[in-house]
This record gives sequence, structure tokens and C-alpha cells, in this order.
Amino acid sequence: MMIGSALLLGLFVFPLWNIELGAPQYPEPLGLNIHIDGLQGQSEFDIQNIDGLNHYIGMKTLPKPEDMWEFTVFPIVIGGMAAIGILIGLLGFVDKLGPSWFFGWFVVMTILGILGMYDFNAWMVDYGTNLDPNAIMKLQNPDGTPMSYKPPLLGHKKMLNFDAYSYPRLGAYLMFIGMCLTLFAGYIGGKTSTKRTKSLTKNMATT
Amino acid sequence: MKKIYYVIGGLLGATLLYMGCNQAAGPNTSGALASSAAEKVYVAPGEQDEFYAFLSGGYSGNLTVYGLPSGRMFKEIPVFSQFPTSGYGYSEETKPMLNTSFGFVPWDDLHHPDISQTNGELDGRWVFVNGNNTPRIARISLETFETEEIIEIPNSAGNHSSAFITENTEYVIAGTRFAVPVPQRDMPIDQYKGNFKGALSFISVDPETGRLDLKFQVLMPGFNYDLSHPGRGKSHGWHFFSTYNTEEANTLMEVNSSQNDKDFIAAINWQKIEEYVNNGGGEKMATNYAHNVYSHETHTGTSTMKKEVVTVDPTKVPDAVFFLPTPKSPHGCDVDPSGEYIIGSGKLSADLTVHSFTKMLAAIEGKKFDGEAYGIPILSFDDVMAGIVKSGGLGPLHTEFDARGNAYTTFFISSEVVKWRLETWDVVDRKPTFYSVGHLMIPGGNSRKPFGKYVVAMNKITKDRYLPTGPEMEHSAQIYDISGEKMELIYDFPTHGEPHYAAGCPAELLASKSKKIYRLDENKHPYAVTNPSEARVERNGNEVHVYMSTIRSHFTPDNIEGVKVGDKVYFHITNHEQDFDVPHGFSIIGQNTSELLIMPGQTKTSVWEPKQVGVWPFYCTDFCSALHQEMQGYVRVSPANSNIDLSWSLGGE
Repeated sequence: MMIGSALLLGLFVFPLWNIELGAPQYPEPLGLNIHIDGLQGQSEFDIQNIDGLNHYIGMKTLPKPEDMWEFTVFPIVIGGMAAIGILIGLLGFVDKLGPSWFFGWFVVMTILGILGMYDFNAWMVDYGTNLDPNAIMKLQNPDGTPMSYKPPLLGHKKMLNFDAYSYPRLGAYLMFIGMCLTLFAGYIGGKTSTKRTKSLTKNMATT
Repeated sequence: MKKIYYVIGGLLGATLLYMGCNQAAGPNTSGALASSAAEKVYVAPGEQDEFYAFLSGGYSGNLTVYGLPSGRMFKEIPVFSQFPTSGYGYSEETKPMLNTSFGFVPWDDLHHPDISQTNGELDGRWVFVNGNNTPRIARISLETFETEEIIEIPNSAGNHSSAFITENTEYVIAGTRFAVPVPQRDMPIDQYKGNFKGALSFISVDPETGRLDLKFQVLMPGFNYDLSHPGRGKSHGWHFFSTYNTEEANTLMEVNSSQNDKDFIAAINWQKIEEYVNNGGGEKMATNYAHNVYSHETHTGTSTMKKEVVTVDPTKVPDAVFFLPTPKSPHGCDVDPSGEYIIGSGKLSADLTVHSFTKMLAAIEGKKFDGEAYGIPILSFDDVMAGIVKSGGLGPLHTEFDARGNAYTTFFISSEVVKWRLETWDVVDRKPTFYSVGHLMIPGGNSRKPFGKYVVAMNKITKDRYLPTGPEMEHSAQIYDISGEKMELIYDFPTHGEPHYAAGCPAELLASKSKKIYRLDENKHPYAVTNPSEARVERNGNEVHVYMSTIRSHFTPDNIEGVKVGDKVYFHITNHEQDFDVPHGFSIIGQNTSELLIMPGQTKTSVWEPKQVGVWPFYCTDFCSALHQEMQGYVRVSPANSNIDLSWSLGGE
């Protein structure tokens, strides 16, 4: 349980998600690493270069940490959940707390994760569709609606000359493994405590 | 030079016959052989070449970069010539690079590139080249592929036996082809003999920065120092120069300097002379020469005039300089990878003379002298000669080597490359060239470690090799596969200018460290703007300085008013892109210089002197983006006496 929740702390170092943009004239794709506390270019000048390209279609510039509340709140939430998880694990280790607490933590974390993904998707929708009306290039879908430049939440999407790829990165994988570990810890904890309860009952019965 | 050869060629009827045969042989190479040759040179779209080749541009004054085996040209690097493509020599920043003691010299004749070495092996840091006409040496960075430094050589004229580097890049060596009065003075030309001197210059190279410093000049007798190569391995510390006109003729040289049966290869123990100079030897001579250095931080060249040079009288340094008699006006002077053999190509003969370094040392030890010239001992020919290559060709010029004990020599008159074995001196193969080959190049062929897969032969005469383009044609080059016992002609390609020597190296030595952009946050140009908000226009008397930035796809500012007829307008343009291969250009109507091509993160300056009232457009010359055509702006030019204030804007702001 402790190891599992401690793995969440990996998110402070490693990116959660990555969006890569490749095109014929970008044999080395431009890339965006999404960390819980801000965006970073995959190569040093990628953010500047993505913004440079996006200005043609009227997209806003990519947000700096101070532009989005998420980049302040997410680290607190992740840090908090990691701390609580470690605490629960510690108390569980000394038998002060039962495995139901482990499952409880997992459920809360899962809900937070889904909320996070929902929020991430909402941001991408806004970023990809809320375009400058004076944009240099105003492109439309075949049905006449304005074209959306929302990158995919997961997987690949072709956008004009660009192939966009969106996939989780090491931070997300660590979180996923961590969450599995906590679930596993809850399961093991449940079994041993049942065993212990059983043997306790047995002892009590013999005495 | 070329004319002399034409005359020689004309005199020798046999040559024409030989050429006739070659012409017939050319188109006949077809069938199975041709298809395998095609496979050997075919670098598929998206694939990259195996080797870089740096071909001198001769009278173009520049250096061209090619790929081998494809023969594709990648870049022309401006060195000694103004280059409107990038604005080199036209921009305010690069004008100082072409400064000399004769003022601004916007052209030269670039002959011999040499890549820097460590322990006798190519290290790919810099390539050094010579300017033959107004004697200069340039250093080109192999990270930026730009000229970083040019040093003028005083007391020299026809800087031809240059620019050859020693095996740890301790020195770039530059010898004079034309003997001249040293110091220069007013005197009758026919008093040449005994009075003129041949200066051999040793320019030290800073191991970290590559900075050049003219350390000393050896003032040799007034012969013509034609070509040179460094000793390596066992002969490291020595440098060998071929000479002609040991007759010291000053007129009708083609006849008068071809009278002696043997001229010399001069062997110079530069380590001994360096020691002599370090101990206070030599004489300080007042002189005047330019030293021009380009900084990639300020993106600006600075020219400094130097006033003094240390000269050395070779007879004052014991056992440092000797002459090796070598038949028939030797041209090429090449040293094999082991450093043992020094090959002299008597350009008027059929044979090559190979001297042995070991025998030379023994002859010096045993004082096997055959007289002296101006106090310099002449070693006895039989005591230094290791062998004669009975080539069967005519007019040998230059030799390169593979790592398997083979040497490859070009023959100008008989128009062929001849492969022969070191030590047995047997000819093993010969292949025609098209036509009249000068230098040849094997990547690393002038080092301890040659990469003997291809040889490139660079020819002086093109004639019918390509579709005709009027009387003037580019020179042709041929690539031969030399990996087998017999050489195989696999490709033929036109070159730019007149390639003399070339240097090549494996692609992996340079490709990964090639710079992609200049960092804007490292730009120290005094007129740079690192943020578009700093863009502005300032007036200082009749000088107007425009601090301008560019990014796809606009200039900041793009509307400028308040400029007057008679002003001198400096456009200082900083490219704010930090993306690989996104330069922006700048040009303005009536520009008396050239456009600028500004790399990401770089600042360049163009001066414009408006002569007419009006509203004049400027635009980006490099198709930078989908909105490149819109990358334009206007300058309003008012009459000289108007009092319109300077103003500037972008998007009305």
C-alpha cells in the first residue's frame, strides 16, 4: 500500500501524458509533455514551435502554469493522496486500520483520476475549438462546420498535415502500477485479516 | 596554370590520341557493369551518404560540401568571396572577414582544404583552406559549416603550398609559390635571382578554440614552393615542400624554370625551428596583415591589423632544413600513411620519385651531401631515394593512399589515375579520367588512417561529359570504387568553380554534431532584439538603426515612417525562430548590397541608403511558411528637409 501510493510521487518528476505532432516537414515530431504542474516541450523549443504553427489556425498559445488552476491544484491533490495513502498503509501495517481503508483510497483515487481525465479532455476541446475569429486559416469540415483541432485523448488522429498521437507517459504508468498495488495490498490485507480473525475465533473457542 | 598545361598538352600529340581513346571508352561502359555501378552510387531518397567531401571551389573562392558516393552537393560555404545567397561579405557583420592589408578583397582562389587531425587521424573539428591570390588561410567550423577565421599571410605571394596541417593540428602550414622581395620594396624584376625570398609560414592553432596565430616564417631561397604535406608517425615534426623554378627565372617561366633536371623537395624540421623560436631565435620584422575572427555569440566578425612577424633564416638553425633532389619540377608532394615515403611527382616526367624518410635521416647523419643551395645542404639523390614508380603515364601530379599499402596517382597529361604498390613500386591498375585530372581525394587519404573505399578524381577539362552549356562549363569529377583490386569508375558529376584538392571524412564524424539553430538566449549581438517588444527604430544624425525581429510570418515592425533621403538606414534583423531550418530573408528595393539570409537565433545587418522619396517595400526572401508571401512591410522615405518624426508599428500598434 505504501509503495503503491508512493509511486504517485513519480508524477512530480515524470510526465503524465504526451502529445506528439508529426508531419512531412517535421521528420522529428514536435511534442508536448504534460506534467501535473505544467507543460514542457519534448525538445527544448517545441512549445514555442507548436504555438508558432497554431497561430495560423487561431489557437490560443499553450498555457503556462499560472494560466490554469489545474497546474496548482493537481500537485496538491496528488501529493495529498500519496501522503494519505502512505499513512493508511503505515497504520494498516501496524493493524490500526483495516483493508477497507485501502479500497476506500483506491475508489477515491479512481474517481479523482476520472475527473482529471474529464478535465483534461474539456481543456483540449476548448483549446481545439475555441479559435480566434480572425485566424489566418479558417478551415471547415465537409458539412460546413468549423474544423476542430482537438487532439485525441488517447491514440492517433490526423489533423491537416499533422498526425497527432496522444499517449500516457511514465508518470501515468507509475500511477497505474501504484493503484494496482494498493488494490493488491487491499486484497492481501483482506485475506490475512480474515485468516487472523478466523484463527482468533478458533483460539477463543478453544479457551 | 591551366594555360601552361594547355600548351604542354598541345605540344604532346600523343595526348590527343590518348584522349580520343578515352572518349570512345566512356559511353561503352554499359550492361552488367553499369548496373552494378548504379547500385554502388545510388543513395535512395531519404537515405544519407557515407562520406562528406569538401571540394575546394578554386576561383569561386568558396568551399563546396558534397556527399559520397552520391556526388550530391549539400552546401557552398562562402570563405573568401562575397556570397549574396547569405549576405556573406555584404552584411555589416561579415564585411570585416574579407579585410586585408590591401583593403577589402572580396574574392580569392581557394585550393586546398585539410581537416583537423588528432594523432594523425581526422577529428572533424575544423577544415582549413588557403586563399592563393591575396595570401590568406581560413578556418571553417565543422559544427556550423561557416567561416570562423581568416588570417592574411605577409611576405607571401601565391599562397599555394597551403593549407596543410600537422598531425595534431599544431600548425597550419602555408608556403609561397611566388618568390618576392621580403620585405616588399621597389627593385628591378631582373634582380630576382639571389634577392627574392620564399616565405614558409607556420600558423599555430589553439587546441581549444582553433584560433590562428602566425608564429614564425622561414625565409627560404627564392624558389617556387608549390605543394606540401606534413610528416606523420615517424616523420611527425617534419614538413615537405615541392619546389620548381630553382633556376630562379623571372620571365618566360614555362621554359626558363624547366631547365634543371632536378628541382628539390624541401624538408623542414619545424619542431627544431619552433624550439629555436621559443628560445628567442628569429628576427622580428615590421609588417602589416589582417587577422579576422568571427564570433558565433555576437554573430559578428572583427578585423585586427597585426604589425609584426618573426622571421627565421634557415641557415641559422642547425640541421633543420635540407633539400632532396627530385626530378622534373615536382608538383605534388605527398606522404604515405606511415610517414616513411615522400612522393614527388615530377610533372614533366613519366615517373614518380619516392624518397625514404629513414634514408633521409641516415643521409643527414652521414652527411651525404651533394652541394648546397644558399647555405642549405642538398642531400645526395641516391642516398634518399627509395624507389621510382615507372608509371607508363605522363604528367604525374598528386598521390593519395588507402590503408592497404596502395597509392593512387593522377596523371594530368595522360588523363588517368594509376594505382601502384608502395615498396614494390609496381603499377597494378590504371583507369582513364575525363579529362586531364588534377587532384584526387580519398577520405582520410592524407592522414594516418585513410578510408579507402572511394577515390574522387577532379578534372580540369569537361568537354563532352554533360549536356553542353556554351563555352563555359563546370568542371567534372569522377568517383571510382577502390575497394577491389581493380578500380571501377562508378560515377561522374559536375562540380562548382574549379576544385583543386578536396578533403573527406566519414559522415558520422560530423553529422551528429552539426548545429541546428543558434540559441536566441545566447545572442550577444549589440543590435539584437531578443523579444519583439524591444523592436524599435532610433535615429543618430543621419544614421537610422532599425532593430527588427522576424518570426513566421511577419517583421516587427513592418511599417516605418520618418526616414529621409540621404539617411543611412541599418536594418538589424534578428530571426526569432528556434526551429531547425527556418531561416528568414530580408531585402529592400534599391539595396546596393545583397539580401540577408538570417538563421534561427541569428542577427544580421544590411545598410540601405534611400535615394528617392516614396514608400518602399521590403520582404522576406526565403519561402519560410505558408504566409511567406505576406511577410513584407513598407518604409516611407520623405524629402531630406521634412520633419516627420520616426515612427514604427506592427498591426497598427
